[in-house]
Amino acid sequence: MKNTALTKTHEALGAKLVPFAGYNMPVQYEGVNLEHETVRNAVGVFDVSHMGEFLIEGENALALIQKVSSNDASKLSIGKAQYSCMPNEDGGIVDDLIIYQLKETQYLLVVNASNIEKDWNWIASKNDVGATMRNLSDEYSLLAIQGPKSIEAMQSLTSHDLAAIKFYNFEVGDFAGIDNVIISATGYTGSGGFEIYVKNEDVQQVWDKVFEAGADYGIKPIGLAARDTLRLEMGYCLYGNDIDDTTSPIEAGLGWITKFTKDFTNSEALKAQKEAGVSRKLIAFELDERGIPRHDYEIVDAEGNIIGKVTSGTMSPSLGKGIGLGYVTTDFSKVDSKIYIQVRKKAIPATVVKLPFYKG
Amino acid sequence: MNIPSELKYTKDHEWISIEGDVATIGITDFAQSELGDIVYVEVETVDETLDAEEIFGTVEAVKTVSDLFLPLSGEIIEFNEVLEDEPEKVNSDPYGDGWMIKVKCSDLSEVENLLSADDYKSLVGA
Repeated sequence: MKNTALTKTHEALGAKLVPFAGYNMPVQYEGVNLEHETVRNAVGVFDVSHMGEFLIEGENALALIQKVSSNDASKLSIGKAQYSCMPNEDGGIVDDLIIYQLKETQYLLVVNASNIEKDWNWIASKNDVGATMRNLSDEYSLLAIQGPKSIEAMQSLTSHDLAAIKFYNFEVGDFAGIDNVIISATGYTGSGGFEIYVKNEDVQQVWDKVFEAGADYGIKPIGLAARDTLRLEMGYCLYGNDIDDTTSPIEAGLGWITKFTKDFTNSEALKAQKEAGVSRKLIAFELDERGIPRHDYEIVDAEGNIIGKVTSGTMSPSLGKGIGLGYVTTDFSKVDSKIYIQVRKKAIPATVVKLPFYKG
Repeated sequence: MNIPSELKYTKDHEWISIEGDVATIGITDFAQSELGDIVYVEVETVDETLDAEEIFGTVEAVKTVSDLFLPLSGEIIEFNEVLEDEPEKVNSDPYGDGWMIKVKCSDLSEVENLLSADDYKSLVGA
């Protein structure tokens, strides 16, 4: 089991630590609902240093990225980031990721912790163009500072104008007394804020200064349990739940990051799939009655026929009702469709809704 | 860790308070703290007569679902309906407002199988 550079700090804060993707990670500190509300209404900090970072550089860095990535990385410029996924050759997804363009011929790929080795091997296997690859995952820490008060609370820590960094843009500069920090206006919560990439040896200082600066704004540490409820209220996919090696980006509603303006792994088959239509789709649903949908619960129709499966579900702390994502046969995928979630012995009525669940 | 000495306990982390032949049942302070924020308590066995060890309901925290096992055989005569709208009472007051069900016991000799507060303390390492 690996630790992050902040594990001792989490322990001292009374966090409950659990194994996640091979790391000892804080799942909660004071309680998931309180932490969820902190991010929705104020500002909270996640240690997500388990995430993987690959540096791709050289003349053909872009060529390699374009081969593996479904989104069109040629649209990036220095200082911009892009959400994307890496399709496999069998119609599924190797991983979802964020691509940062750091320099003219240098990119940072941020991948899921559980997939670091798989992704590295996958990208390396496609690297017949001579791009240089470096795995920085064990050297870099990542803090996600999220919530509507993030800008105000963190402004004193940097000379950069935080309010001027647009969503999915980033700056490289000073932060909390450290130089060359990536300050990225990204995050997976839907409540705004930043992700901060720093070297492991600097992260304790950054963490301490972030909490000092945020004290007047009610800043709190936030665990992975709240990260999951926050992302699910936005309908953001979680790799391993909502997308995996067997789900296509078209089925998963990731058509917006699947750009047929260039060739990439399996692009022809995915293009044909988009044109012909898919037989199942990832949908968002709310329960009409009390209950909580969970991963792997069956989705059924009014007659009790199985029409799909829940991939993520929870009691939404913001909405106070059961919400979830799941794949259903396309006939049931339209907004307002009536479906049923099989919760133990009961089929609970649910309605297909538009994302996000949480509208701010 | 709060483990009141006047109550009985089970290895499934339930507490039992007995008055006459009626047992009031809930989950322990240890259990609520391990589960985290409780968001739903489902008991649909009121008026049913069940044997000890049978499932009488379910408690759902944000991340987990746990079955509730009946510690003593008998008829489930009441569910704490406050929990329908305020399941968080199980977190804030597990031995008081967070009680779950009342059972009319059919065999009071089963009480001997329950754990004392001291037994339960050593079970959870408190």
